[in-house]
Amino acid sequence: MPLTTRRVLRTVESRTGGASPLARALRYVFPDHWTFLFGEIAMYTFLILVATGTYLALFFEPSTAHVVYHGAYAPLRGTEMTKAYASAVNLSFEVQAGLLIRQVHHWAADVFLAAITVHLMRIFFTGAFRKPRDINYYVGLTMLVLAVIEGYVGYSLLDDLLSGMGLAIGNAVALSIPVVGGQLGTLLWGGRFPGAPDFFSRLFFVHVFVFPILIGTLMAVHLALIATPHHTQFRGRGRTERNVVGTPMWPAYALRSLGLFFATAAVLFALGGLVQINPIWQWGPYEPYLGTNGAQPDWHLGWLIGALRLMPHFDLVIGNYTLIPNPFWGGVLFPGAVFGFLYLWPTIERRWTGDRRAHNLLDRPRDNPTRTAIGAAVFTLVATVFFAGAADRAFVQFGVPYEAQLWGYRALTVLAPIVVFFVTRWACRRLRDGGGHPARDSGAALVERPRESSGAAREPTVPAAFQDPGRG
Amino acid sequence: MRNLWRWLLAAIVLRKSKKTTVRREVELPASPRAETLTALLLFGAGLAGLAFVAIYAFDDANTQLLGASIAVALAFVAAALILAAAQVVPQETLEEPRPDFAGDVDGPKTGLSDGFSARQQRGVEEAALTLREGTDGVTRRRLLGAAGAAAGAGIGAAALAPLASLGPAVGDRLGASPWKAGVKLVEENGMPVKADDLAVGTFLTAFAQGADKEALATSLAVVRVRPEELELPADRADWAPEGILAFSKICTHAQCAISLFRYPLFQERSPGPALVCPCHYSTFNVLDGGKRIFGPAVRPLPQLPLRVEDGYLVAAGPLSGAVGASWGRVREED
Amino acid sequence: MAAAALLLAAFAITGWAHAAEAKDSAAVEGVDATVAAESTPAGGSPGAEEGRELFEVHCATCHGFDGEGTAGQAPPLTHAGEAASDFYLRTGRMPLGQVGDEPLRGEPRFDDAEIEALNRYVGSFGEGPGIPEVDPDKGSVSEGMRLFTDSCAGCHGIGAKGGVAIGGYAPPLGEATATEIGEAIRVGPYIMPRFSEATITPAQVNSIAAYVRLTQEPEDAGGFGIGHIGPVPEGLVAWLAALAAILLVARLIGERLGGSRADDEAEEPR
Repeated sequence: MPLTTRRVLRTVESRTGGASPLARALRYVFPDHWTFLFGEIAMYTFLILVATGTYLALFFEPSTAHVVYHGAYAPLRGTEMTKAYASAVNLSFEVQAGLLIRQVHHWAADVFLAAITVHLMRIFFTGAFRKPRDINYYVGLTMLVLAVIEGYVGYSLLDDLLSGMGLAIGNAVALSIPVVGGQLGTLLWGGRFPGAPDFFSRLFFVHVFVFPILIGTLMAVHLALIATPHHTQFRGRGRTERNVVGTPMWPAYALRSLGLFFATAAVLFALGGLVQINPIWQWGPYEPYLGTNGAQPDWHLGWLIGALRLMPHFDLVIGNYTLIPNPFWGGVLFPGAVFGFLYLWPTIERRWTGDRRAHNLLDRPRDNPTRTAIGAAVFTLVATVFFAGAADRAFVQFGVPYEAQLWGYRALTVLAPIVVFFVTRWACRRLRDGGGHPARDSGAALVERPRESSGAAREPTVPAAFQDPGRG
Repeated sequence: MRNLWRWLLAAIVLRKSKKTTVRREVELPASPRAETLTALLLFGAGLAGLAFVAIYAFDDANTQLLGASIAVALAFVAAALILAAAQVVPQETLEEPRPDFAGDVDGPKTGLSDGFSARQQRGVEEAALTLREGTDGVTRRRLLGAAGAAAGAGIGAAALAPLASLGPAVGDRLGASPWKAGVKLVEENGMPVKADDLAVGTFLTAFAQGADKEALATSLAVVRVRPEELELPADRADWAPEGILAFSKICTHAQCAISLFRYPLFQERSPGPALVCPCHYSTFNVLDGGKRIFGPAVRPLPQLPLRVEDGYLVAAGPLSGAVGASWGRVREED
Repeated sequence: MAAAALLLAAFAITGWAHAAEAKDSAAVEGVDATVAAESTPAGGSPGAEEGRELFEVHCATCHGFDGEGTAGQAPPLTHAGEAASDFYLRTGRMPLGQVGDEPLRGEPRFDDAEIEALNRYVGSFGEGPGIPEVDPDKGSVSEGMRLFTDSCAGCHGIGAKGGVAIGGYAPPLGEATATEIGEAIRVGPYIMPRFSEATITPAQVNSIAAYVRLTQEPEDAGGFGIGHIGPVPEGLVAWLAALAAILLVARLIGERLGGSRADDEAEEPR
């Protein structure tokens, strides 16, 4: 074995000079905390998306041409539909393992966005977005925006009743952008909704080529910007701002990470085979004059349907003309504000704490009560709006009147973030100063400590044996 | 799990860089059992993979078995890798220095302006000098700069221009409609709509004869109420012959098809007749000409004046307002 | 006492037999939903007697002794017809618990014989839709799906799992029988619209019933159907099953706060 390995390495070295970099890469140190794996989970689901998506793209026909269905699924026989929808039904019923791959792809998309969300929360609540990783934070946020749109475009390609209604709403939201909206909506769709004949092939190209290339490229940049300053780490014995302590890439970390990939794949393929997702043959094809009750977007757009339903009925009117139609508030302004907050946060925190240093040690959420409280409050706002979007299903399932729910959620969107802010900040302070858990140690005396400005780290005492001799 | 006294603590420096020491702790697991289990898992994964191929070849479209078999294979590989990572290969903890590009991790909060090391300073200076030297001897920098900007603007505009061909100029497109006086109403199968066919309380989707059914302005929601229930404004008094009303089927909020019609059997104890959109539940009163009574829509639902000709429903004029979602040029009062 | 019971039993049996006969002849004549079925002369035969008695005890307080209704409380039943009576009684929607309640499906208060007696009695008030003959096997599922999408999915949802109709509840159709579907289409109960035989023909009603039967046992080629209502349960599964499982694996293979694997005395820093 060693003989062959050496021969390969010598080949690599003589062509690229890469043996030394390879040696360094093999010993690259990964701090080990389990929450550092969230980003990897997202990356692995992305790889599965690309693999399954490639297969699907070989069978799917992104065509708006109408055909009459005569395939395997009897309840649709004789129904007129687009070739896009028909090819998706064929994929589900007539391509061997087609439905499996379709479902794995869709489950992977849902899990991809969920993984990015928990990853973003970990980054935010531990302060990992601070210098020198602020640029990388923007790269990650951009990938999230792209992923949200990519998911929407992906499930809209199938032209089923539910996603078709979603496209109509998307067009209305585009139209609602002040001044340019009318032209923007017309350009994107190639005319008035439902769009030009080439609309689906346009969507297809965006979904299969443009966005995956963008996301893939940003992902490579994201990884490079992690590797260069090395990964952050939590405080602990022997861990300082200047070192990194953990497991080297080879062999343990590589095996563990690969194991995580296979575990992710196993979960996704298990779901793809055993739990049905997006059974488009049960929805039927879309026409602009058809609708169904209870239509919902995929979960990652649930916050937008909630916003569109919660927003009270007003346009901004100048004279007799609509300047800002209603869908703008929920469909553009609300997500814009949330992402604006996320993009601006590193700058805001820098200004507010006055701390412009680089940070390689992470905060525990309790170490920065104000940041954690603000993050929790914004998350609560988004979550409240998100749950409001499912109020109609809650009505059908549990009988709570829909109109009452609307008013309840409207009040909650204002009150809940405020309450969460104060409670979170109090809890963090208790944890940080008292060293105990507020719920567990209720009644324990609150240790009074002088207020330190948030963000200033209390350096733990590092035993001399582990201290870095320091820079020369 | 681990035998402590097998632990090799290399307190002695293994590798010295110029500035910092690197510490390393290695534990060699010696677990033939774990190795056997790993091997078994991998064999199992192989078998499950072959099972997938067999099912693929012999069982027509059994998604559940296909998914289960490949999931088992993948899960076994995952378990094998994780087990190997924990109990078969050496467990190593390594400490090494990390680069400090900003040079200010230990400095004051405001960040050090002189945090860079000597080597870093040199690098920055060298790069800056090289860039600057590249323009030594160039005299008309400003002219060239302005010219470059002009070239960029022009070619940039040229690069973006073709985007304009993605779609037509919006113009009057969003206001186009096939409805005018005399256009017949037809059902989805193309048959004209007979007034007498419609029961009180009915709900029907209708289209303009000869028009593209998919065009937003073409589709209508036709409903029938008792004539004495009507509360139409004076200028629409004759728009609803025999209590038959027609409205655009496309919601003025976000363009979903309005496919709910609520018609109470007992008016006095139920909400009144209304068209409701299933997307965000905008509700439009049909009795007063389509005004919004609930939900986020603002503009009323455009109404089509009807008349009955030879028993068939025919438009008596164009729709009362713009169809579909509002945008910059829609008048609010329609 | 025993004599009275025997008499009542005799009435009940003859009434039932009569009702069955009436139903058959109604089917043979071909029920026109906008025109009445045959009207049984009120108070003429033993079956009608039982119907009237039941009506007077359970229904007349709100609907009036001649089915004329009570303003602000209950609608008149003059044109309700046998279809409406059958629908409301068999699905347990009537009698209503409280005036003003939304009629919801529940346990029927009466047995078959009583319902049939009441049907005939209510049908005798005036012209109203008769009980339709609906045979899903004679219908086409694909045509039914198209019709259902056009006329029904807006309230009941494409999967017939129920929906919101602002001001009311469009129920799921999981328990709906073919006859109930036909009746509802003609009657337009509560806030549901109403469809004449010209708008939805009896053959089309058969097809709609065939489609609704399909929704009661859909084709779940993809596995467990998680409720057949789309992205809401799918999102729940993605978070609470998939992501949770993967995070569990991550927690298994990663470290927790308190030190590296080499650190024996793993402690939280103060």
